[in-house]
Amino acid sequence: MWDFFTEFPSIGRRDLSQLQMGIDDGFRAFSRAYGEALEIFFSPLLHFLVWFEKLLLATPWPIILIVLSGLAWLGSRSWKITVGTFLAFAVIGYFGMWEDTMATLAIISVATFVCILLGIPLGILMAKSDRMQGAITPILDVMQTIPSFVYLIPVVMLLGIGKVPGLIAVCIYAIPPIVRLTNLGIRLVDREVLEAAEAFGASPRQKLFDVQIPLALPNIFAGVNQTIMMALAMVVIASMIGVRGLGVPVLRAISNQYLALGLMNGLAIVALAIIFDRVSQSYGKRLQAHREGFEK
Amino acid sequence: MSDPKIQIKNLYKIFGKAPEKALTNVQAGMSKDALREETRHVLGVDNVSLDIAPRNIQVVMGLSGSGKSTLIRHINRLIEPTAGEILVDGENVLTMDKDALRDLRRFKMSMVFQHFGLFPHRRVIENVAYGLIVQGVDETQADKRAKHWISRVGLEGYENNYPGQLSGGMRQRVGLARGLATDADILLMDEAFSALDPLIRYDMQSILIDLQKELHKTIVFITHDLDEALRIGDQIAILRDGHLVQQGSAQDIVLRPADGYIEDFIKDINRARVIKLGSLMTPLEGTPPADAPRLDAGTLLQEALMAVAQSDSNTVIVEEHGTVKGQVTTRAVIAALHG
Repeated sequence: MWDFFTEFPSIGRRDLSQLQMGIDDGFRAFSRAYGEALEIFFSPLLHFLVWFEKLLLATPWPIILIVLSGLAWLGSRSWKITVGTFLAFAVIGYFGMWEDTMATLAIISVATFVCILLGIPLGILMAKSDRMQGAITPILDVMQTIPSFVYLIPVVMLLGIGKVPGLIAVCIYAIPPIVRLTNLGIRLVDREVLEAAEAFGASPRQKLFDVQIPLALPNIFAGVNQTIMMALAMVVIASMIGVRGLGVPVLRAISNQYLALGLMNGLAIVALAIIFDRVSQSYGKRLQAHREGFEK
Repeated sequence: MSDPKIQIKNLYKIFGKAPEKALTNVQAGMSKDALREETRHVLGVDNVSLDIAPRNIQVVMGLSGSGKSTLIRHINRLIEPTAGEILVDGENVLTMDKDALRDLRRFKMSMVFQHFGLFPHRRVIENVAYGLIVQGVDETQADKRAKHWISRVGLEGYENNYPGQLSGGMRQRVGLARGLATDADILLMDEAFSALDPLIRYDMQSILIDLQKELHKTIVFITHDLDEALRIGDQIAILRDGHLVQQGSAQDIVLRPADGYIEDFIKDINRARVIKLGSLMTPLEGTPPADAPRLDAGTLLQEALMAVAQSDSNTVIVEEHGTVKGQVTTRAVIAALHG
């Protein structure tokens, strides 16, 4: 009788392992049946990623350096950030990390692109309906808190090791902020401003594109910024399932205790993060020209 | 008098989970407070019927919570009523489908908001042109018409500023220009000047009165400020707890208040600035004294007082367009001023 209180009544080791095996077998059957179809489904993404990585690597480094600095200037309109970008990439190249950095740049860019493409419409849907918000929010919570290694397992079982599963893993981790902040941004649009658009007979489409999205843009942009940061944070983990880039040497450094190698590549990731962050933030700020001037 | 432009018939609005059920309670005579305590429903508009004449300024007045902003939002159906009918030019707004309703909002009525409701990311000219762009007017034409209205409200030179760079009074001029730019017959103004400080509010009222002299729109103007209501309203409807207490001209409200509530309301106003000689006029008794001063029926008591005081016969002759219509005695003036 006392046993009941000291030991939690569980289903028993045999039943548990049978249940787990059942789930595993089910999922294996599923991946045998649909794995190939999924691979075909994702193949355009793979081709795009491979093409982009090749483009970055095949282009002579001076051109890339100029283009990157140019993009930094266009985004930030700040000499400090532009010169910083130029110097950071120059140092990265000088220490022999150019190719890995290009590979990382490729996967981060494509992952961010995919996240924006899926995340913004999802955020809009959430903003339009409370039921949608109620359904999606817990999924986003799970995506953000579940240890990344746990969802690597089914992704690898389905698609094997390679770039696409890596990309999916990065996206699962990085997409929540842009969805959340798009939703938040649209919901925060002043009720009276929206009512004004409605009173003048704006259609739902006109309301969305002329009023809601433009006014939500600062928040949406904060979401893009966060998504990029989180994608960069996944670089090392993604390299465990076959994504090339700065994560690979870091991983090697961990298993072999190469302090210098780990530190250099780690700092290269930090440099990328700072550049992306500063450029996208100052671009986001420039989008809010109308917020300047005195507030009364 | 021509047909009413807007007719509101037995309108009810109840906020809550089961408004239809609450409606039967209200129609059976349950009060607003009882409804809130027993069924947790809020009575917004309680059996309001109101005919609004064309080319007039109809003021709807009431304290906060009296349902006036809820009422005005029924006219363009930003809020769906629980029961009742709303006709605009004889057409029932409540049976309109989405497209008809959108056209009604685009072409027939526009709105000015208490906190301006301007688009902060658009320049002044883009704000004013908004209604036209939504109508489908092409951009150069819309810009031209927007510029015209910007200058009519006295904002030339600010076309390319953002609303955030303007003061409150200037922002509401933008709001007014945006409302006027679509050439809609009906202008709904929801506490449009309430957020402005008194001097600027007075200026804006003057602008509205001047514009109305030439535009002759049907304006529904919501306010909680009695002085404002008496100054600009051709007709004034007073709401209390969602129901209509009195509808009439400024003269009616001040000289013939419907009940104690309205008497309380008008207690502190400057009656000399509201009451006109014509409202106190009685038919002539015999031949008028030759030396009695002659004044127009539209003269406010405030301007007539001096003449009244100096009249030896204690009488002033009232004229309309130069013909004698009646007389007003000193006694009547004093009685009217005393209330």
